[in-house]
Amino acid sequence: MADEAELRAWLAARAGAWQGLVPRLEQLRRRRAAGVDESLEMVDAYRGVARDLAFARRLAPASRAAAGLEALYAQLHALIGRRPRGGAAALLDLLRTDIPAAAAGVRKHIAAMAALMLVAALAGWWLIATYPTLIDLMASEDMIEHVENGHLWTEGIINITPSSVLSVHILANNITVSVFAFCAGIFLGIGTFYLIALNGLMLGGLFAFVQQHGLALALLTFIMAHGPVELSVICIAGAAGLALGESIVHPTLPRRRDSFQACAHGVAPLLLLCAALLIGCGFIEGFVSPDATFPLASRIVIGLCYFSVMCALMSGRLFRDAQARRRRRNSW
Amino acid sequence: MSGAGMPDSPGGQSTSGERLRLESATGVDLTLTVAGPGSRSYAFLIDWHIRLLAAAIWLLIATYAFNLRVDPTGSLNALWSALPAAVIYFLYHPIIEVAMRGRTPGKLAARVALVDRNGGTPGTGAILIRNVFRLIDSLPVVYLIGLVSCFITENRVRIGDIAAGTILIVVDADARESLARVHALASASRLPLEAFELVEQLIERWPTLEEQQRARIARTLLARIAPATDQAALAAMAETELLRRLEALRDGRAPEEWPVG
Repeated sequence: MADEAELRAWLAARAGAWQGLVPRLEQLRRRRAAGVDESLEMVDAYRGVARDLAFARRLAPASRAAAGLEALYAQLHALIGRRPRGGAAALLDLLRTDIPAAAAGVRKHIAAMAALMLVAALAGWWLIATYPTLIDLMASEDMIEHVENGHLWTEGIINITPSSVLSVHILANNITVSVFAFCAGIFLGIGTFYLIALNGLMLGGLFAFVQQHGLALALLTFIMAHGPVELSVICIAGAAGLALGESIVHPTLPRRRDSFQACAHGVAPLLLLCAALLIGCGFIEGFVSPDATFPLASRIVIGLCYFSVMCALMSGRLFRDAQARRRRRNSW
Repeated sequence: MSGAGMPDSPGGQSTSGERLRLESATGVDLTLTVAGPGSRSYAFLIDWHIRLLAAAIWLLIATYAFNLRVDPTGSLNALWSALPAAVIYFLYHPIIEVAMRGRTPGKLAARVALVDRNGGTPGTGAILIRNVFRLIDSLPVVYLIGLVSCFITENRVRIGDIAAGTILIVVDADARESLARVHALASASRLPLEAFELVEQLIERWPTLEEQQRARIARTLLARIAPATDQAALAAMAETELLRRLEALRDGRAPEEWPVG
């Protein structure tokens, strides 16, 4: 072990540099970006502090110098490993690469969730068509009363609640359902399975109920503009949740925890797309769907166009074409 | 989106009790202290109060300054009154954590910080995933699943942290303070390193110790560090004088320069 004088001399030589690093580090941490010189300076400082820390750990492990250096080293490590905030470029990357990759990764799961919803909807239809009294389990008293009086519960809703309020309420509700369908995947995928099946069952049951009162076309007209994307998004969120459950049941990495984490990161971009699409759905459902002045044809056009946008975003075609065009232009 | 892709595979990682040891590019391991459920809950409680207060303040401003009322019929007034309050309350964590790179006022106050599994600053994607899973962690009430998860998991993490690959660590020491003292020691104090540490700690804890206890420890310490001191005089020395002598020793002043009571 080095003697006291040697250690003191080393501390005297290095302590000033460490002390100077602390405010510099704090200053850089608060800033969004650092220049090349500043970054290189910090990398040098990181190496220097690592050397000093190794020395301090050996010579004075329980000292204040070692504790201070540990903290300084951890701060420098976090600063140097900080990911850049990409802004618009990161958003484009998300749209061009991350979302299409995530969508391709869960294609089978989306198909499975869509099939589950369809089967559950048919089961719901059969259930209510066979046992009409069971509608009490699926719809509120108010809804049942409206339909029995020959009106949809959605009629005149914008006379009571402004479209904007309705939109916000609907989109908040839909986003919560989608996020829950995703998160419920952690229960080995069973939570997601039940949630999607329940949604399908209620949808089929409600359609059977309104059909019994001659209002099926009216309900179809109501959901035509927002329904295709809204139901698809719930299936997509469910597919992401199912993938999450599958990553725990059949891990692709040595540890279940790592597999779960990798899957969550992989499908997260898809969830962001779902949230964005549901905001659009909320506005369509608040402004277009309850407005009787929109004919069925325009609702079909809105619904199909929005569905096409969703498909284009998921495939990445919408932005990949723009990228290819730009590359062609640059090559001229 | 940064951090939204596949997570980096963590370097060599080992956990010993509450300490987490991570390999780094320099070859010198990074040692972090994992925050327990106590620090985590403390940080959360502070943040919860902040968002509750901020939402309530907006509701008051909306009601009295803009004359907007929350009414059950769901008018446009209600939207402008309730929506910002709901955004503040429900989106406080994702917004603040993304803006402050994983930090929140509560975490700063509780002296904890969020890092990824490599000890780096977590990316936006990881922070958003962590917050999405609050929905599960908060079930059935008062974050029970999250709390139980903190007690049983390896790095005391909740489910959101497992999904995001983040760890809550204790900000071990105030580097500025510790290193400033090291600088003082290196430049002025003539005490041996171990003695300096003891004197420093005693001075730091002086206000929190009982009078008799701190005087006893100070006398023992002075008798060992400065054996030339008259033992009888030391025993009769007042408490304030003992503290001044300790400070003089720390600052490297010679016995003749020691303050006289």
